[in-house]
Amino acid sequence: MTELTVRKTDEVFTRPDIDLTTQLASVTFPNPVFTASGCAAAGQELDQFFDVSQLGGIVTKSIMLAPRSGRATPRMAETPSGMLNSIGLQGPGIDAFLDKDLAWLAQRGARAVVSIAGGSVEDYAKLAAKLRGAKGLAMIEVNISCPNVEDRGQVFACDPRASAAVVQAVKRSAPTGVPVFAKLIPDVTDITESARACVDAGADGLSLINTLLGLVIDTDTMRPALGGITGGLSGPAIRPVAVRAVWQVRQALPDIPILGMGGIRSGLDALEFLLAGANAVSVGTTVFGDPRAPLRILDELAVALAERGFSSVAEAVGLAHRPPEIRLPEGPDPVGDTLGDTLGEPAHDGQEQL
Amino acid sequence: MPVQVQGEVLSIRRVGAYIAMTVVAPGMAELTRPGHFVAVQVGGPESSMLLRRAFAIYDVKERGVYGGTVEFIFSVHGKGTAWLAQRRPQDKLDLVGPLGKPFRLPAERVTATLVGGGYGSAPLLPLASLLRERGCRVDFVLGAGDQHRLFGQLDAKRIATSIEVTTDDGSSGRRGRVSDVLPELVDRTQSDVVYACGPMAMLHAVTEICSSRGIPCQVAVEESMACGIGVCMTCVLPVIGDDGKTRMLRSCVEGPVFLGDRVRWSDVGTIPEDVVGSITAQAGH
Repeated sequence: MTELTVRKTDEVFTRPDIDLTTQLASVTFPNPVFTASGCAAAGQELDQFFDVSQLGGIVTKSIMLAPRSGRATPRMAETPSGMLNSIGLQGPGIDAFLDKDLAWLAQRGARAVVSIAGGSVEDYAKLAAKLRGAKGLAMIEVNISCPNVEDRGQVFACDPRASAAVVQAVKRSAPTGVPVFAKLIPDVTDITESARACVDAGADGLSLINTLLGLVIDTDTMRPALGGITGGLSGPAIRPVAVRAVWQVRQALPDIPILGMGGIRSGLDALEFLLAGANAVSVGTTVFGDPRAPLRILDELAVALAERGFSSVAEAVGLAHRPPEIRLPEGPDPVGDTLGDTLGEPAHDGQEQL
Repeated sequence: MPVQVQGEVLSIRRVGAYIAMTVVAPGMAELTRPGHFVAVQVGGPESSMLLRRAFAIYDVKERGVYGGTVEFIFSVHGKGTAWLAQRRPQDKLDLVGPLGKPFRLPAERVTATLVGGGYGSAPLLPLASLLRERGCRVDFVLGAGDQHRLFGQLDAKRIATSIEVTTDDGSSGRRGRVSDVLPELVDRTQSDVVYACGPMAMLHAVTEICSSRGIPCQVAVEESMACGIGVCMTCVLPVIGDDGKTRMLRSCVEGPVFLGDRVRWSDVGTIPEDVVGSITAQAGH
C-alpha cells in the first residue's frame, strides 16, 4: 500500500525569556553552556551543525607549544554510558592554533576558552604568554592532567604543589583581565585540597572535572584495548563523580567560579551541575554521539529553569546547598503559629512510618 | 556539508551474511557521493552506547514517495549493530551524513578497476554506475571469506564489463584473495585507475600491486571512529602529505578515501618516528 505521509515541519522553539547570562570571574558570558576541551576541536566542525557563537563559549582542545602527533591507535573504547580515550593531545601547536583556529573563532564571534597543556611549568608560562593580545580569547583553561617531564612524569594535577606552580606561572604570563581556570582531576584523595592549592596560587576559577583514569581489556586479543594502555573515562558514567566534585568544591570555596563538566547529556543534567554549585557547564563526550547536543542542552536547560520558576541562571547556582526546609503540615495554618509545635510531626498524611 | 536528521526506517533486509537498511533521511541523499559515509546513533535516545556507528553509503534515492532515502550495509558484530539489526520499518533512527571525502572521479574516460572486500563493495557499486555514465570501462574484483560474505555480485555483473570473484574457502569464484587475481586483471585491461574498499590488509595489498605498476589507486579505509565528524581524533592513521611529511590524519574528515600510496600501511596502528609532532614519551590525554 502506498500512502502519502504528511511530515510535520519542525516546530519553532522559543527559548523561555530568562536571564541566561553567567559570570565567570571578570567575564560575563551570554549563557552557561560551553563545549568541553577535547570534544569540540576548535569549533569549526560543530559549526556545520549549529552556530557555535550561540554557546556561552567554545573550550578548545588542549594546545601545546609544538605540533604533536598523539598516541598510537586504537585510541578509543566504548564503555557502558561512556568511553575511554587515549588521544595523547594530538594538535597543531600554539602558533598554528592562533593563526587558524583562534582566528576563526574570533571571526565567527564565538567566545574562546583556550585550553593549554604542557610538560613543564615553563611550557605553560610560554603558552600563556603567547595568548597575550589574542583576539577572541575570553578565558584560559589550564589542563594540568599532563605528566611533568621534570618530575618523573608525575601528573601535575595529582600534586597540589605542582598544580599551584603551573597556575602561578600561567597567571604571571597570561594577558590581564583574562580569567585563568585550572581543570582538576577527580583521581585524588581530596579534590578540595587541589582546588584550594590552585585558588591560593591565583586561579580565578576551577573546571571540574577532567576524565577518570581507566583501563579496558579486549577479551579477544586479551590485551589492553587502547594503544596507550590506560585512558580517560568520560560520559554519563562519570556524572555523579563530577557532581560530587562540584558539590565538595563549592562547599569548601563558596565564592570561586566553577565550570562543571562530566557526562552532561541533557538540560536536566546541566541543571544538576548548576544546583551543585557550577556557574556554567561544558558538554563533552555527548557531542560525539550528537553534534547538536550543546545547543539542545542550552534550550532544555532554559526550559527546565523556567519550569522551576527561576528567572535567571544565577538563582540556581549552588541552590542544592540550602538547608533542608522545615516542612509544615498540610491544611489550615496552626492557630498558635509557632513552628516549634509542628516540628517532628509526620509531614504528610499522619501515618506512622514503619 | 553534513546534516543531522531524524530518519525513519523504510526497509531492512538480509543479504547473505549482511543486512541492508534503507532509511528515509530528508536532505541527505542529494548531498551524497560514492565513498561518503553515514553515522548512525544506536540504542535509542537513552542508550548507554554513546558513540555512532559509521557505515559507507551504498545507495541513495533523491526522490521517492517518502522523500530521499539512503541505504547502507552492515554486519552484526557488537551490541550496537545487533540493536540496529532489530529495527523495523517506521522505527526512528538518528543519522548524520553524508560524511567524509568521497572518491574522486577521473576527468576523462578511463579504464577503472574496482576492488571490494566483503561489504566494502557497497560504496563501489554506485561509483561504478557513475563511472559508466561518464563513459569509463569498469571491471570488478570482489572478494570475501566465503560466498555469503560477498556483496553486490549481481549489481556488479550488470554494471561492469567483467567481474572476478575470489573467496578464501573457494565457495564462490576462485579460491584465494583479490590480490591473487588483481595483477593479471589490471595488466589485461590496462587499467588507468583502481578504486578499493575493504579490510586494511586488502587495501595494503591492492596499493602495492598498483604502486609497482604506477597505477593510481584510491582506497576507502575502515578505521574505528567515535564521532565521524572530525572532533574526537580517534580514527587517525599515518598519511604522507604533498610536502612529503607524514601526519596522523583523521579518516573521517580527511578520508575515508585516501590515495593508496600516501598511506603508510605498515605503520598503521603506530606513531612512526618521523611523523610530524611525534612523541616518544607518553603524555596527557
